[in-house]
Amino acid sequence: MTVSASGLERTEAAAPVDASVRRAGFFATLRRHPRLALGGGLVVVLVLVAIFAPLLTPFDPVVGDVSDSLQAPGAVHWLGTDDLGRDVMARVLFGARLSLSVAAISVSIGVGVGVSIGLIAGYSGGAVDLLLMRLIDALLAFPGLLLAISITAALGPQIQNAMIAIGVISIPVYARLTRGQVLSLRELDYVTAARALGVSPIRIALMHILPNLANTLIVQATLTTAFAILQEAVLSFLGLGAQPPSPSWGQDINYNQRYITNLMWWGSVGPGVAIFLAVFAFNFLGDALRDWLDPQFRRRA
Amino acid sequence: MTRYIVRRIVLMVPVAFLVTVIAFLLLRLAPGDPVLAYSGEVRDPEILNEMRHSLGLDQPLPVQYVVWLGQTLQGNFGRSIRTHQQVGEAIVERLPATLELTGVALLFSVTTGLIVGTFSALYRNSALDLLATGVTIAGVSVPNFFLGLMLILLFSLVLRVFPPGGYAPAIDDPLENLRRIVLPALTLSAATLAINMRQVRSSLLDVFNQDYIRTARAKGLSEGAIIVGHALKNGLIPVVTVVGLQVGALIEGAIVTEQIFFWPGVGKLVVDSIGGRDYPVVQAVVLLSALSYMISTLLVDIVYGWLDPRISFTRGR
Repeated sequence: MTVSASGLERTEAAAPVDASVRRAGFFATLRRHPRLALGGGLVVVLVLVAIFAPLLTPFDPVVGDVSDSLQAPGAVHWLGTDDLGRDVMARVLFGARLSLSVAAISVSIGVGVGVSIGLIAGYSGGAVDLLLMRLIDALLAFPGLLLAISITAALGPQIQNAMIAIGVISIPVYARLTRGQVLSLRELDYVTAARALGVSPIRIALMHILPNLANTLIVQATLTTAFAILQEAVLSFLGLGAQPPSPSWGQDINYNQRYITNLMWWGSVGPGVAIFLAVFAFNFLGDALRDWLDPQFRRRA
Repeated sequence: MTRYIVRRIVLMVPVAFLVTVIAFLLLRLAPGDPVLAYSGEVRDPEILNEMRHSLGLDQPLPVQYVVWLGQTLQGNFGRSIRTHQQVGEAIVERLPATLELTGVALLFSVTTGLIVGTFSALYRNSALDLLATGVTIAGVSVPNFFLGLMLILLFSLVLRVFPPGGYAPAIDDPLENLRRIVLPALTLSAATLAINMRQVRSSLLDVFNQDYIRTARAKGLSEGAIIVGHALKNGLIPVVTVVGLQVGALIEGAIVTEQIFFWPGVGKLVVDSIGGRDYPVVQAVVLLSALSYMISTLLVDIVYGWLDPRISFTRGR
């Protein structure tokens, strides 16, 4: 929560798109922005791992060989096996699928609902704005994880409900971000001109205001993805997200933590490092994107 | 200033109202008949209907809300489904352990963040600064339940320095109490420590470039006097906000941290209650932490204005 919150403060000031950003070629841009290349590269690797997980390991993530149980990392099982003889590496690789799809869906919920609320509130103003923004304030008043836990608990401990819960707690960031931008953009001449020409409010919002928000939203969505991966891991760790036997990083750490007492650490370390790398990749990419896309931020640097 | 505070409190009322509505609805969203949860083995429809009536569950939802709100405002959060204990009582029992844990974690993250952040800003791009930046990035990316497990693995199981969990009240055994709080407090403080370090560093760097610091240098003041007397004084104002807003992060972190270290606080109570479908407890904790988060945000704004006289409260924002 805090990570994306600090992201919010900085991106809020973004001005309309600077065209010179787009002029440089793709690889030239990457060469000039090594952080963008590193963050982006990690994210691409992560997505490829999720897509091609079955090709990357000979082992089944769900059905293990019990005679092979609790093997330490070695030549055959690179990250060891759990008590049911399942290959930890296979579960980590397949876990990327769950983690990324949960993140993608919950971020979509957050962006979709949040941006809509922000557009409506910012554009209509008055009572609608007041009401919607107080609702957002109320959502923000809850510690995010606690709200996610209670929503998931209320709806039932299933991964679909975890997605909804994570989506709901990321709505306020987008609503506030969008509303703030709409308030400043709608006074600009080209919007006034469009309004004078009789363009409908919905069309102005979608065709004239939203495109100017794109950069800010891309940066925020990247940071929220890191946040969503972390939240999914926590919810699954607490038994509220993915249910066994489906491979999930958070749930696997919870399942294997009982063996840590016997110094059998590998069942928890594999998925833990995976969470760290995934969250790090999206945080890093988000920061790099902000430096690159946000003209005000770039000028300061 | 007084007018501003009053205005802020008045503005808080509708938000607090919506918070109570959300907390109320969360319980109603829960699957299953709440009467069945309370009745245990009893399945006689007549007795169930009687219970439903006595609990007020046969009333329309808005009426139920008003009744619930009235009781809640009097501090009556109902009874726990699992233990039949008064919910308020159960929370108050666990509160000291949580306050101790979050307090120590906050103290640690603020002092360490201040010291390391200051040196990071002073010796920019030095090995220390790079190390601190690295720790910062790691601190916000590592899930705290994983960090906690790794600390247990290293310090409790391999090195055998600290116990892997449990709580010892300070009154009974102060030394054991300290020994047991080290690992959970370290775990809980990691994320906020990272943010504090970064905030101290960046706001000090901002301040270092300002004219009055150059004047102080030109006056011949020692570097130490400049940092403590001039730079930190102004540089810490943004830090106050960041730290104040960490109350929410600490509440969130405590939920998981207490679970891992068997710390008998409110966070563990929530997780145990969710496992036992004990919704009144969950609802009460959710409501209380939202309200305390709102109050701490208000306090931060007031302290901020008091520290920085440039902020005018008379012009509304």
